[in-house]
Parts: sequence; structure tokens; C-alpha cells
Amino acid sequence: MSGRPPPARAPYVRRRYWNEPEMGWWERAYLFEILRGLVITGGVFLRNMGKWVTGRKGALTTYYPEETRPDYARHNRGKHVLTQRPDGRPQCVACNMCATVCPAKVIEIEAAFDPDDPAHHKYPSRFEIDYSRCVFCGLCVEACPEDAIRMEKEVPDLPSHDRLRMWLGREELLTWKPASDVAKPYGPKHG
Amino acid sequence: MIQDLVVYALYIAYAIAVLMTFGLVLTWVERKQAAVMSDRIGANRAYLRIPFTQVKLVWWGLFHGMADGIKMLLKEDFRPKPYDWYAYMVAPWVVFTPVLLVFAVIPFGGTLVPGQLSPALAGWFGERSYPMQIARLDAGLLMVFAFGGVSVIGAMLAGWSSSNKFSLLGALRAGSQMISYELVLALTLLGLILIYGTVDLTDIVRQQSGTIGALPAWGIVYQPFAATLFLAAAIAENKRIPFDLPEAESELISGYFTEYSAMKMGLFMFAEFIEIAIIAALFTTLFLGGYNLPYMHDGGFTLPGGREIAMSHGAVVVTQVVVFLAKVFLLCSFQILIRWSLPRFRYDQVLKFAWKFMFPLALANLIVTVIVVWALRA
Repeated sequence: MSGRPPPARAPYVRRRYWNEPEMGWWERAYLFEILRGLVITGGVFLRNMGKWVTGRKGALTTYYPEETRPDYARHNRGKHVLTQRPDGRPQCVACNMCATVCPAKVIEIEAAFDPDDPAHHKYPSRFEIDYSRCVFCGLCVEACPEDAIRMEKEVPDLPSHDRLRMWLGREELLTWKPASDVAKPYGPKHG
Repeated sequence: MIQDLVVYALYIAYAIAVLMTFGLVLTWVERKQAAVMSDRIGANRAYLRIPFTQVKLVWWGLFHGMADGIKMLLKEDFRPKPYDWYAYMVAPWVVFTPVLLVFAVIPFGGTLVPGQLSPALAGWFGERSYPMQIARLDAGLLMVFAFGGVSVIGAMLAGWSSSNKFSLLGALRAGSQMISYELVLALTLLGLILIYGTVDLTDIVRQQSGTIGALPAWGIVYQPFAATLFLAAAIAENKRIPFDLPEAESELISGYFTEYSAMKMGLFMFAEFIEIAIIAALFTTLFLGGYNLPYMHDGGFTLPGGREIAMSHGAVVVTQVVVFLAKVFLLCSFQILIRWSLPRFRYDQVLKFAWKFMFPLALANLIVTVIVVWALRA
């Protein structure tokens, strides 16, 4: 097997396509096409600049934290909220299912005992989410047996220069507005 | 004597201030213009907070230039083990200094007669007059080319001394490209020199304040073709897109200054931005009538109909300085427009473009000019 020469390969011929563009003398002269290109980019510049100067916005960009797009997805998964019982206590029973399922391991729950409520004697004394690592996958919402955690559409004020400021605690998460928050096919549990 | 010293010290301070400001502002203009050209917003987050208040001055991101400068100064000054330490250290300055020196011969205004500005100055200055130019040299244009040629050495030094293949490749590219385009650059201007009969930049500008027919006698009217070639060759000389092969990021990381960091790298960048302004200033001086508005001269306006509008000396000086800066700025902006519109050449295309396209065209332009000038003078 050693003395066998490699198979002879036909020399490479670039394939010609039927619709290959051909340059006429106009394109070959180069200058005119460059001028055309400059007119296009310059036109875009002047149009956008005209908008900026007259106080309109000449860009497609959204200033992200200050501005959100009107076509934000209706079911966008944003900041978490802890739902509440009618008396304002969190519905959470500190079962740690969400913390277990969380792929980014960002949920930390500390359970406490509440002798006054025999039906739900476990409650979270501490419930913290590290938003610098949260991937907003929504698995915690899926996993929750009590419908105690949901997600808002927006991510208000979360971006920060300091990652320690991106931990939200129980009180910041207990901002449930039943009227406007989280369209789910069923309402909050009562009692 | 002391008066001359004061005036020229002022000129030098003005020139340095203008160039540094252009260098700083152009980094911002470049980003912002590129952003507006592509429907974006551009740099807009850097701000200055007024101390003890929550008032944040954003000013359309104008402070990004400052932030960049501070970043350059505070970054780690990483030093590789260069092949030649001295050449490595000196290279950024060899690139940077001649760029500044070119401005010394460019007239940024007409003639300044301090005595006519205010009676207080009249007693001290008398009838002395100063052309607004740091060094009035007979061989001004030759000086420009001499200094322009020096920065090639800087690029070559940087590439050779940093013991890096990418740097070396970038330096070789820079060397052959800049030398090729320098030839074209000089050839395009020969026609202009023939027409004006001088290489003294002050004189060239003064001759452009006349008229041919109704048109101002600007260089671009005499030599529109040479103007185009000159601009293209000058951009190639400055190694910017579409001719940025020496630093082509996708091929050579950052070319001949790959091994430079912190402010040494900043000097290369700063030199590039200042050179944009220098090219604009040269183009203005040679082809766009320098510091003068159309039909304007040191005494005021002479409109094509023969009507004269006289202006006071102070008004003339201010107008000329402002007009020069405005023209330079517009041309800088035009160069940025080119930079963000055209794709980069392949390296063989760059050299082919210089030697097989621009060089013959420049020669043809020169020959036609020679024949026309000869026919008109005969």
C-alpha cells in the first residue's frame, strides 16, 4: 500500500454561474460607483441627521433601560414576583422546588416556622434572587406547586454597574399587582 | 523682536490646540457619524457629573473622547521583549511628531496686523504684519512631503522592532503602500504647482482668492481630477479604510502596532486622527481656497460683478480663521464618510490601484496640464 500515488486530481476550475455580475466600463472606472455609494451613505446620514436636528429620533436603536419597545413580547419573562395571600403574606411555602430546578442556581430561600398558620406553617423568611446570573428561563414558575412565583413582563431597573446590587430580596419581590401583573388563565388562590 | 516672539508663540499654541482638539473631537465625530450613517445612536453614555449634584452632563457622548484618553493613560503599559528596545520606544513618536510638524507650514489665516486690531496694540506693534502661519517657507509644499515621508519610518521601526510576525507584515505593507502612494500624491500636485508657479503655500492660497470668470480661482476648479486623486492618495497615505491594509484587523490583528499598548498605542491612533485633520487642511489649502471664502481676500469681498465689500481687519481675521476651521472640519467629515462607506481592498489590489490606475492617471493629468499651461503661456 505504500507505493501507491495519490489519485490524480483535476485542476481546480472556478465554476461560472449564469448570472455572474459583469463589470462594464462604468464600474471599472471605479470613481462613479464610489460616488454613488457615497451619495447613498451620505443620504442616509443627512436624513437621520435631519431627524435628530429637528428633535426626532433618527435611529432604530432603543435606549435600553430608559426605553422599551412597544412591541415587547406579551409573555416576555422578566423580573420575578412573589404572589401574596389576601393578608399580604407570601404564598410561598419555602419548599425549595424553584431553587432546585433553577439551572443557574440563583434562588436562595431560608425557611421559617409560622405557628399561627396551621395550614402553611413554613414560610420563607429570606427569598433572594441573583439577577446577575438569572437566565430568565421561567423554570421556577413552572416548578412552583403553589403558584407563588410568577414573572413580570418588564425588567425594571435591574441593569446595574454593581453585581451586588442585582440581588433582589423578599420585599422587592413582593410587589404583586394582581390587576396588571402576569396574565395567567387562572386567578390567584384565595385563602 | 519680542512682539514677533509673542505672536509666533500664540500661533504655535493655536496650532497645537487646534490639532489636539481635532484629534480628540474626531474620535467622537467618527463614531457618531458612523452611527448616524447606519441608523444607530452611537456613543452616548459617558458623562461628567457636576460635583455635589446629580446633574450629569452627557452632551451627546462628547466626553467619550476624554474617557478614551484617560483609559489609554491608565492602562497597563505592557512591554514585550522587543528586538530593538530603542527603536520600539521611539517609533510612536516618529509617527506622531511629523504629523504635527506638517501643520507648521499650512496658513490658517491671512495676514495679521495686530496694530489695526485695537489702539492699545497699535502702540506696541506699530505697522508690523504677520502672515498667519507658523513658518512661512518658500518650500512649504516640499516640507509637507518631507515630513509626510518621515512617518513611514516610524511605521517600519514599530514593525521591525516589536519581534512579532504580524507587526512585521504590517510594517512591510505600510512601507510599500505609503511609498507607492506618496509618489502619486506628489505627481497629482505637480500640475497644481505648474499652474501656480510656486510651492509657497501662502502664495498658493493668495492666488486662489482671485476668480476665473464667475468661479472662484480655487485649485479644485483648475484641477478637479488632481483633487480627486490627491484625496484618494492622501487617505491611502493615512492608512485608513479602504486602504487600511497595514493594520487590517481581520488579517494582522492590528498590524505594525500590535505590540503596543496604553498611550504608545494611543499615540498611533492619535496620529492617525490628527492626520485626518492635516489632510483636510492640506486639501483646503491647495484645492479649496485655503482660509478664504469665495471672492474674499485680505481686504474684504470683491464680488464677480465688481462690487466691493470692505471689512474691518478684525472681522477679516476672524472670518478667515473660522472659515479655515469649517472647511477642514467638513473635509474631515467627508473622509469619515468615505471610511464608513467603502470596503477594504485586497493587498495586491491596493498596489495595483496605485501603480496601474492612479499613477498613469496622475501622469496623464500632469501631461495635459503641461500642454495647456504651455499653450496658454506661448
